[in-house]
Amino acid sequence: MINFEKFTLENGLKVIVHKDKSTPIVAFNLLYDVGARDENENQTGFAHLFEHLMFGGSLNIPNFDEPLQKVGGTNNAFTSNDITNYYITLPKDNLETAFWLDSDRMLSLAFTDKSLEVQRNVVIEEFKQNYLNQPYGDVWLLLRPLAYQTHPYKWATIGKEVSHIENATMDDVKTFFHKHYRPNNAILTVAGNVELNEIKQLTRKWFGDIPKGDVPQRKLPKEPQQTEEKRLEVERDVPANAIYKAYKMCSKTHPDYFITDLLSDILSLGKSSRLYISLVKKQKLFSEISAYISGSHDEGLLTISGKLQDGITFDSAEKAILKEIENIKLELVKENELSKVKNKIESTTQFSETSVLNKAMNLSFAELLGDANDVNLEVDKYQQITTEDIQRVANAILNKTNCSTLIYAKKK
Amino acid sequence: MILLDRKKAPEFKQVDNIQFLDAIKTSLDNGIEVNYINGGSQDIIKIDFIFNAGNLYQNKPLVASSTNQLIKEGTKNYSAFEISEGIDKYGAFFETENAYDTATLTLYTLTKHLNNVLPYVKEVLLFPEFSEKEFEIYKNNAIERFKINLEKVSFIARKEFMRAIFGNENPYGSDVTLNDYENLSVNDIKAFYTENYNLGNCRILISGKVKTSTINVLNDFFGQEKTIKKESIKIDFPKNTNNHDSVYIEKENALQSAIRIGRLFPNKLHEDYFGLEILNTVLGGYFGSRLMNNIREDKGYTYGIGSGILSLQHAGYFFISTEVGSDVTKKALIEIYKEIEIIRTQEIPVEELELVKNYLLGQLLTSCDGPFNMGSLFDSVHEYGLDYNFYNKYIQTIKEITPKTLLALGVKYFNKTNLTEIVVGKL
Repeated sequence: MINFEKFTLENGLKVIVHKDKSTPIVAFNLLYDVGARDENENQTGFAHLFEHLMFGGSLNIPNFDEPLQKVGGTNNAFTSNDITNYYITLPKDNLETAFWLDSDRMLSLAFTDKSLEVQRNVVIEEFKQNYLNQPYGDVWLLLRPLAYQTHPYKWATIGKEVSHIENATMDDVKTFFHKHYRPNNAILTVAGNVELNEIKQLTRKWFGDIPKGDVPQRKLPKEPQQTEEKRLEVERDVPANAIYKAYKMCSKTHPDYFITDLLSDILSLGKSSRLYISLVKKQKLFSEISAYISGSHDEGLLTISGKLQDGITFDSAEKAILKEIENIKLELVKENELSKVKNKIESTTQFSETSVLNKAMNLSFAELLGDANDVNLEVDKYQQITTEDIQRVANAILNKTNCSTLIYAKKK
Repeated sequence: MILLDRKKAPEFKQVDNIQFLDAIKTSLDNGIEVNYINGGSQDIIKIDFIFNAGNLYQNKPLVASSTNQLIKEGTKNYSAFEISEGIDKYGAFFETENAYDTATLTLYTLTKHLNNVLPYVKEVLLFPEFSEKEFEIYKNNAIERFKINLEKVSFIARKEFMRAIFGNENPYGSDVTLNDYENLSVNDIKAFYTENYNLGNCRILISGKVKTSTINVLNDFFGQEKTIKKESIKIDFPKNTNNHDSVYIEKENALQSAIRIGRLFPNKLHEDYFGLEILNTVLGGYFGSRLMNNIREDKGYTYGIGSGILSLQHAGYFFISTEVGSDVTKKALIEIYKEIEIIRTQEIPVEELELVKNYLLGQLLTSCDGPFNMGSLFDSVHEYGLDYNFYNKYIQTIKEITPKTLLALGVKYFNKTNLTEIVVGKL
């Protein structure tokens, strides 16, 4: 149970305060409701590039990191297709420094040419390091546009291609900032040994005079219902063949979301899970196999992926996956299979709540999707799921016409 | 209303008081050492079984890590599936980790399920089967993973680096090839287990919600077993670092080159260790470090660059690690050596050192947060026979050390001619 209180400033900034007396550390989490899905299709990778620029100095403070490190703090950020999230942890006594730093960059960035020039290069190196110079690194650059036809999930957060990042201009940067980085498009969560009044006073002091912005309503193209199977085969210089099967699933706010999550857990969480036992241990077709959901806000993907054992054909490997899918659609999963993955949810939640930073992030994410208090209801929602629910969702989504398959073959 | 001066930083304090959660020492009836750290508000618990069974103790490559991985794959009374299932069904996690010195089996569970999962843990620790069947599956899958790793420039660089600084004959440096997988047998693993995984060679660390009853339960499960204490081993370790090879492995079509530069270094038992930690932080140990500022934030050659000191029980090493665009590999190397040269020729400006001191104290405060963090902090000195006093001395050193002392350490340890350089990719 995470207790919290919340309030909203006049400029629309939502603030959540969680008190945890047990720690000398405070987590300061600032979420902006903007991600790669808000990008223009000809200018992808921009939300993420922008995240890098947020560390390049702001209106009154030439360097973001230095003053924070000077007070014993540390910080980072990440961008997804849905959100951009900035977080700081620091000793409680020095909390005000976080307010000072993050409010100044919300007020305005410094927008220096040097920062843009350098961060373009840094992001291009990140692109190479994680997507181009790694075995299987480009899988999602291929799978996204295969699975999505119109929705902006069809490009990855890093961007569609390196040229989009190379071509970013200062004007683009400024427009993006004024459009999305406004108080009424953000959620601030502070977690630690703090008092509500103290946070109210600090928030008003540092964020109170930042003007509200004209944040555009999000109108994303809706992905049409998939009606036929999609397939793509590529050859790459990798040591093992791999297969990826991505099935469309519901959005994060849909009641079936938690059911789909458990469905993927039953398939592959841990070494007693179905796919591992059948495909890796018994049939020895795969050297590794997994099933996972994308966790995206809009309609997402449940993906089953595996690397084939040497000498196994794509055909027999894929048939074996499909056989497991048929089984879970035809027969109810066993009660103990279900209770097992529910118990894992319970303990994972308990362990994650030992960190104030995790708690602050989870409160922010839940608030964005509707209500911060949902973090406290999740375990219960999972508990209520039945074996019939699992079967129903399996039948609804694990179908050929709802699937995009990537055959990733090693060069002969 | 007073106009806000946004150029002026708020008041702040240097961290001056770090509370350590006490580690209480006790033992089971048969003498197994137990340390526990009680704290936190959740009803959860983490139990580490730590064996002196890391790579250091193997006489051929892969034996230590394979034993560690296979130990859970079936026992006298349970199949591999039943072991996983038995632990999974209570939502618990049972993980294994193999390191240079130690091998650890860690249980994470809700306290209410401790009694239910310990029977499986006991089976794994005392009666692993190491069947041919499980061994074959493990071996084939491990080979596939290894082949994929060999495609990663960073993996090759790390491997080559260890071999270069320790030498192939040393257990810390011994290289792994695909052939080593073929030469591995289930008998090697059984022998390694028998010699190294005896409870007499184990210490237990418990953190989280620990009660007297927790110790009693552990005693019921493990306290009556026979233990055999292993004799400590004698291995010669390279003391000085005259081998400062450069290794360049060309990888066609590489978009990035992995760079690793470093040398043997003092470990936690050495008087220079604290000073070197601070010096390392300045050079490459945090986001605002000189290497990051120069090679990423000024030149944009890389997504990230860092340096670190790894302390092992019988040695230690310093390393710089990065992946840079292959077109700028040479330029990046020049800049890295430039920064190293500055460390050994110029005093650190007072303001920069002040920042690093505050940063390190803040990080130490964070690493003491909660029983699990505290447990790691405790064991990472306990394995050297040290206690929390180590951290008190560290705090004192951070507060008192001067640019002059650090420069002297720079001169002593950061000579380019003593550094090993590995580049995998393109020069």
